[in-house]
Amino acid sequence: MLEIAIKGSKNYWLWIVFLLAVMGAGAVVYIDQFMNGLMITGMSRDVSWGFYIANFTFLVGVAAGGVMVVIPYYLHDYERFHRITILGEFLAVACLIMCLLFIIVDLGQPTRALNVLLYPTPHSMLFYDMLVLNGYLFLNIVIGWKVLEAERNQVEPPLWTKPLIYLSIPFAIGIHTVTAYLYCGLPGRGFWLTAILAPRFLASAFAAGPAFLIILCYLIRKFTKFDPGWEAIQTLSKIICYAIIANLFFFLCEVFVSYYSNIPAHKAHVQYLLFGYHGYTALVPWMWTSLILMTLGAIFLLIPPLRNNHTLLPVTCAMIFVGAWIDKGLGMISGGFVPSPLHHVTEYAPTGPEIMIALGVYATGFFVLTILYKLATQVKEEVRG
Amino acid sequence: MMKKSRRSFLKVAGIAAIGLGASPAINFASSDSHGTAHAVKSKNKEALHAHRWGMVIDTNKITDEIAESIVKACHKAHNVPDFNHEVDEKKYPDTRPVNHKQEIKWIWEEHFHNAFPDKEDEFLAERFHDLPFLVTCNHCKNAPCVQACPTQATFKREDGIVMMDFHRCIGCRFCMAACPFGSRSFNFRDPRPFIEKANPDFPTRTKGVVEKCNFCAERLAKGKLPHCVEASEGAIVVGDLEDPESEIRSLLNEHYTIRRKQSLGTEPSVYYIM
Repeated sequence: MLEIAIKGSKNYWLWIVFLLAVMGAGAVVYIDQFMNGLMITGMSRDVSWGFYIANFTFLVGVAAGGVMVVIPYYLHDYERFHRITILGEFLAVACLIMCLLFIIVDLGQPTRALNVLLYPTPHSMLFYDMLVLNGYLFLNIVIGWKVLEAERNQVEPPLWTKPLIYLSIPFAIGIHTVTAYLYCGLPGRGFWLTAILAPRFLASAFAAGPAFLIILCYLIRKFTKFDPGWEAIQTLSKIICYAIIANLFFFLCEVFVSYYSNIPAHKAHVQYLLFGYHGYTALVPWMWTSLILMTLGAIFLLIPPLRNNHTLLPVTCAMIFVGAWIDKGLGMISGGFVPSPLHHVTEYAPTGPEIMIALGVYATGFFVLTILYKLATQVKEEVRG
Repeated sequence: MMKKSRRSFLKVAGIAAIGLGASPAINFASSDSHGTAHAVKSKNKEALHAHRWGMVIDTNKITDEIAESIVKACHKAHNVPDFNHEVDEKKYPDTRPVNHKQEIKWIWEEHFHNAFPDKEDEFLAERFHDLPFLVTCNHCKNAPCVQACPTQATFKREDGIVMMDFHRCIGCRFCMAACPFGSRSFNFRDPRPFIEKANPDFPTRTKGVVEKCNFCAERLAKGKLPHCVEASEGAIVVGDLEDPESEIRSLLNEHYTIRRKQSLGTEPSVYYIM
């Protein structure tokens, strides 16, 4: 099937070359980081995780969000998702590849990464994160590939893919739950020390993942002859609506508990994010932007004429996607580190090189996504034609 | 006489326990999976042992000068880089400017409300406001960093010391997120240009690994007390928390002591006499 990827229009090749250029630029900056260490980032003794880990966390969510098309299609035989299920699975593949790359670029000693396998440590949550992330990646590659191949040959997918598909559902929930457990099991970090962190992660994932999928569906319709189907998009938008409202509700619960209980170790972080702490306000405008974007997005999806509006829907989805990215990508990680365990305030902002490396990782993900989507749409065009 | 023989019995028992139980830990430390028996045999007879090492810091006895010399003694001996140190341009050309937020420290001074943020008090006795409180790794009984480390590069020895294998650490910094005391530092860059005079008896670190206080395990093995104890003019005492006859236990018995963030249940092994 891969031969499909080397035949494409001029625009296709321009896009591929653009992505390769960004990947190259990211790689050049990464070589500097590899030689000189993480000193080139904005991270510090107090804020020891930054942009890389935040994007990793967010993308785990987008990957897990793919299950929102898998569940209706495979568990409820919801036929309308037939065309987009493969898109959800391939999106998960691209996201997981970015996740793994973000972990690698965040390591101080990347050449020792395999120590995690050499000395497996079941009491570390990172051990389980490695298992579920790689497991989910493997499942989605195998399932996506086999199902698409069967579609191309116009036969039923092999029977053994069925149990793998069912297995991929708990794995999707698992990747984001375990990623939340990385944070919420740490005794000294009041912001993350909440049982609702994993549910909150999942809610934002089930909003951001499908929101991105809708945007991708629009792009596919624009650039290929394949039509994912307006009804499938409509159902997805309802799923996003429920999920983003759940996400906002969970956040409200967090705010209530921290403010009403008034326990400083928990309140200080929320205070820092929403109103600033001891005069430090770097994230305040971001957090409010995020909240406004997500709230407006939820309202736009709640009102049927707005939700059914072909032009507004991708905008709404972009708002929710960006809102969730700020919430998780900027607030969630920095927020947990500020103030520090000793109540010092060290603020964090990613540096230029850090952003460039992150862009390189994103370009790699989009490269994988482009090729996989090219295969999927072409096969579907062939079959219908 | 009675007391002495009991103590020496405990010593022997301790050595035996370490030999039997801690061989994997010794393996970690030496990064050599073949040399277990050899490593145990070569143990110094003078080495100091405990069932669980602990530390008592008498805050009444610590002045700014003493605190400063303690920090200096520790950091010098352990090759902890000083970002204020002027870099030798000939030896390390093109060294980039430092970011002081990325500094490394094993033991340092804090104000009371930073060392004990959960004990912050509007009406705190005035003398505590400016007193230097030395903070370092607490060598917790239930260490969250040990739990978090995905490679066992951070591990707990039988005698309670939380140790690190700098050669196994992958630099994921999960331990730094896990530590409720901010006791860990990460080598964001090569530390060597910022070491004035490297101590050849202790390794320097490479970029990309985490480090922290090791309770001077290398000195205990030679029968010497930690650097901070030696420089403290009697303000810091270390000993066996599980030996009721130990000096540290009698100090804990005689004085009111507090620990940092006790409510988290990590069971710090560093006590402060108030």
